[in-house]
Amino acid sequence: MSTAGANAAPKSGGGWFTLRRRRALLPAMFIAPGLMWLIVFYAIPIVSQLWVSLQTGNPDDGFTQTWNWSVYPDSISEYSDQLIRSVEYALTATILCLIISFPLAYFIAFKAGRWRNFLLLLIILPFFTSLIVRTVAWQTLLTDDGFVVNTLQSLGVLGENGRLLATRTAVIAGITYNFLPFMALPLYASLERMDRRLVEAATDLYASRWTAFRKVTLPLAAPGIFAGTLLTFIPAIGDYINAQLLGTSQNYMIGNVIQSQYLVVREYPTAAALSFVLMLGVLVIIGIAARALGLRRLSEAAAA
Amino acid sequence: MRTTLDRIRDLAIGAWAILAIVYLFIPIFVIVLFSFNDNQGRFNFTWQGFTLKHWKDPFGVEGLQSAFTTSLSIAALTTLIAVTLGTFIALALVRYRFPGRGPVNGLIFLPLATPEVVLGAALLGWLLTLAFARGYTTILIAHVMFTLGYVVVTVRARLEGMDLHIEEAAQDLGANQFTTLRKVTLPLIMPGVAAAGLLAFAISIDDFVVTNFNAGQTITFPLFVYGASRQGVPPQVNVLATMLLIAVMTLMVLNVVWQRRAARRDARVMPEIELPAR
Repeated sequence: MSTAGANAAPKSGGGWFTLRRRRALLPAMFIAPGLMWLIVFYAIPIVSQLWVSLQTGNPDDGFTQTWNWSVYPDSISEYSDQLIRSVEYALTATILCLIISFPLAYFIAFKAGRWRNFLLLLIILPFFTSLIVRTVAWQTLLTDDGFVVNTLQSLGVLGENGRLLATRTAVIAGITYNFLPFMALPLYASLERMDRRLVEAATDLYASRWTAFRKVTLPLAAPGIFAGTLLTFIPAIGDYINAQLLGTSQNYMIGNVIQSQYLVVREYPTAAALSFVLMLGVLVIIGIAARALGLRRLSEAAAA
Repeated sequence: MRTTLDRIRDLAIGAWAILAIVYLFIPIFVIVLFSFNDNQGRFNFTWQGFTLKHWKDPFGVEGLQSAFTTSLSIAALTTLIAVTLGTFIALALVRYRFPGRGPVNGLIFLPLATPEVVLGAALLGWLLTLAFARGYTTILIAHVMFTLGYVVVTVRARLEGMDLHIEEAAQDLGANQFTTLRKVTLPLIMPGVAAAGLLAFAISIDDFVVTNFNAGQTITFPLFVYGASRQGVPPQVNVLATMLLIAVMTLMVLNVVWQRRAARRDARVMPEIELPAR
C-alpha cells in the first residue's frame, strides 16, 4: 500500500471516516500491538493456569481436562509447609528491608545534598548484575571455611561447626538483599516529596524531635512504607533462587515447588494450581493496596 | 538550634546509610575480585592469587560464548520491540483521553507486580496447552512481556514532564499529527525512551526466573551460570558480569548527562517561545 493511497482514502471516503473518528482511532492504533502482547502472553496465560490445574493425567500419556477441583485442597495441604514458610521468609525479609532502608532513604532525602542522585544510583547499580551471579557471590562469601564463617567462629558468634550457607538465616538474608531497592526507592520518593517545614512547625510548637518524627514524618512517609512493603513482599514470596542456592530443601519456598513440579517432576496440574493460588493471593493484596493508594502511585513506585 | 544530640543522631543515620550501601556492594565486590582469582580446579570459592588470565580469555569455557551471545541478541531484540510498543502506549495514555484507560493501565501495571515465578509458570502452562515449542522465540516473547510495563512507565514520566505548548505550537504552524510526533514529540522524549531501552536491556539480559521456565533447550547467560553453579562457576562468568556492569554503568552515566543537557536546552528554548505571548 502506497503512502499516497493511504492518505487519499479517508478524504474520498467522506462520511464514516471523519476526522473525529480518525482522531479516536489513533490512540487505539498506538495501544493495540502492545496491549495484544500483554493479553496473549500475560492475561490469558494467568487465567489458563486454572484450566491446566484442573486436568489429570501424567507427563508421558498427556493430561486431559477432568475438572478435578480437589487439586486445590490437595496441593495446598501437601505443600502447606512451603506456603507458610514463604509467607514467613517474605515477611521477615520485608521487615528487615524496612529497617535497613528507612534510615538510608531518610539520609538520602534530607542529608545527602548534592550527593543525592549519586547515592540513588548506587542503590540500583548492584542490581544491574544478574540475580544468579549475585546469589552465587553470596554463596562464595558464606561458604563453610570461608572468610566470613571463619571470622565469626573465631569471634565465638558462630559455633565450632556453625555454618551460614544452607541455613534459614542465609536464605532470609539473601531475599532481604535482593529486594532492598524495592523498599528503599518508594521510601525515598515519599520522604523527598515531604514538606520539611511541617517538621519545623512541629518542633517550633515544642514537640520533641522524636514526637515530631512520630507524628509528622512517619505519617507522611506512610504511603512510601506501604508501597515499599508491598513491592518487597510480593516478589519475595515467589522467590526460589535464594532458597535454592543459599538453603537446603528444608528452606524451600512455594516457588521451589512450582519450579520443580513444572520443570522436573512435570506434574503440571499441581504446579499450575499452586501458581494460581499464589497469583490470587497477590491479586488480593494488590486490590487492597490499589484501594488505599491508587493504582497510579503504585505503578510509579514499582518502576522507580 | 542544633544540640550535640542532634549531631550524634545525624552521624548515626549517615553511618547507617553508608553501611547499607556497603552491604549492597558486598557481592559486587566479590564478583569483581574473583574475576582476578587464580583458582585451581573447578571451584572459585577461595582466593588463591591474582591473575589476568580470565580477562584475557573471557570465553575460555565451553558453552559460555554461545550463552552470552544468545543473551545479548535476545536483550537487543527485546529492547527494540518493547521500546517500540511501550512508547506508543505511553503516548496514547498521556496525550489522548479514550474509554478503557483504566483497564489498560491495570494491564500494564499487573505484570510489574506479579511474582516472576508466576509470570514464568503461567506462560509455560499456556505454551504447553498450545503445544508450542519452547526456545529462543518463547524467551523473546516472555522478555518483551515483562519489560513492556517498565518502558511504558519510564516514557510516560518523561512525556508528562514535557510542555504541551511545544506540540501545540507545531500544530499551529501547520504540522499534522504525524509530523508533530516525528519532528517534535519523539525527539523531545528521546532521553526518556533511551532510559527505558537501557532498563529493558538490563532486565532482559539478567533475567533468570521467567527464562528458566520458557527456554526449552536454549541457554542464556544466567541459565549457564545457574547450570554451572552446581559444579562451580568458572571465573570467566565473573569477568563477563563485571564487563556487563561496567557497560550498563557507562550507558547510565551517558544517559544522565544527556537528560541534563536536554533539560537545559528545554529551559533555554522555552522562554524564547513564550516571550511574544507576553
